[in-house]
Amino acid sequence: MCLAVPGKIITIEEVDSLRMAKVSFGGVMKQICLEWVPEAKIGDYVIVHVGFALNIVDEKEAEETLKMISEIEALMIEEEKQNTTSAE
Amino acid sequence: MKYLDEYRDAKAAQALIQKIKSTSKKSWVIMEICGGQTHTILKYGIEELLPTNITLVHGPGCPVCVTPLEMIDKAIAIASLKDVIFTSYGDMLRVPGSKSDLLNVKANGGDVRMVYSPLDALKISELNPDKKVVFFSVGFETTAPPNAMAVVEAQRRKLNNFSILCAHVLVPPAIEALLSSRESRIQAFLAAGHVCTVMGYSEYIPISKEYNTPIVVTGFEPVDILQGILMAVQQLEESRCEVENQYSRSVRLEGNPIAKKLLTETFDIVDRKWRGIGTIPQSGYRLKEKYSSFDAEKIFNVEYITKEESPLCIAGEVLQGLKKPTECSAFGTLCKPESPLGAPMVSTEGACAAYFHYHK
Ligand code: SF4
Repeated sequence: MCLAVPGKIITIEEVDSLRMAKVSFGGVMKQICLEWVPEAKIGDYVIVHVGFALNIVDEKEAEETLKMISEIEALMIEEEKQNTTSAE
Repeated sequence: MKYLDEYRDAKAAQALIQKIKSTSKKSWVIMEICGGQTHTILKYGIEELLPTNITLVHGPGCPVCVTPLEMIDKAIAIASLKDVIFTSYGDMLRVPGSKSDLLNVKANGGDVRMVYSPLDALKISELNPDKKVVFFSVGFETTAPPNAMAVVEAQRRKLNNFSILCAHVLVPPAIEALLSSRESRIQAFLAAGHVCTVMGYSEYIPISKEYNTPIVVTGFEPVDILQGILMAVQQLEESRCEVENQYSRSVRLEGNPIAKKLLTETFDIVDRKWRGIGTIPQSGYRLKEKYSSFDAEKIFNVEYITKEESPLCIAGEVLQGLKKPTECSAFGTLCKPESPLGAPMVSTEGACAAYFHYHK
């Protein structure tokens, strides 16, 4: 139930005096409340749960995580190479 | 999709598994607290890919599973009333109460409606001024702010026909209850990334210290979970014990301050009963006195309803990670997703249902 998914803000508008956005989830549009992410702007990715944006995705941190993972990938490939050469 | 596909990458997962293998020297027991993570673990067969010295136990982090039987009975009692429209997230509709479930109420003529967001429930109450619209307000800290917002908005829009049946639960007290249990075999936790997106993770620092247990805030995709496991294993192997944040693209230390403020203004923290576990002190939310006119328990006078669980169901032990669902005598026979005996068989995030779908 706590599943939240990242989506991209396409438009921002005021509805019933709430700050709302049209958010695209891989092309599927939904109307999402932006009240808790006042700094969010068009083009930002937000983490959405039951119609509310909980936070803005931090692009730098996302890159950082992926960089760490690709370093592990490189390291593992290296290790495997060493293992196969030492086995030969 | 951006921010999803990268974290489902098979090569990255493979590398992380290899790294976990080469890092873990001893045997470790790690609990993922959140049902969403349990679902991913079972769906992608992560347990089978891990080295045998790493054991994952599945925690009580599925609100559908831990909402107590008596709360379901209260929901059913209210939903059966003539002038009521009962609204709920879809997963709660099939949860068995002691005699029936909400879908059954609907089949018998009750007006029970599934909503995607609590804002939809508000809309229904605007469109039906002659009906009483009740929203089943369940969930952890992730879902609590949206539900709180519904109450605040109902007040602002002067919707006197709207109320919530409040059954909110909180993660940190549950982690403490699990760790302080003498039977606990949990050595590290993966904390729930979306709960922490709202609340941040400073609350976990004293818990990690007191129980000498690493806690890694973790996301929901397979690569996230594997990296979370790796971080936990690294801490355990190095005898470190810290709160670390794997899900930093979404979680900041302080969480979302606006959503948190809304929570403290709307709810009081109270003791709550958890299905299969019992009462955990200070582990849930109740509407503040100033919002009591939106409290369905008071409006419909169902506070008196209490109920105990079926003796066959070992959900309590499953939710505490003491037993696997397959160790339950009813698993797959008396208890199946189509005819669930206990709550963990209901939601796809429940440990028993996840085992049933992916593990047979
Ligand atoms: S299999 Fe069914 S009866 Fe057994 S613990 Fe799970 S929910 Fe309860």
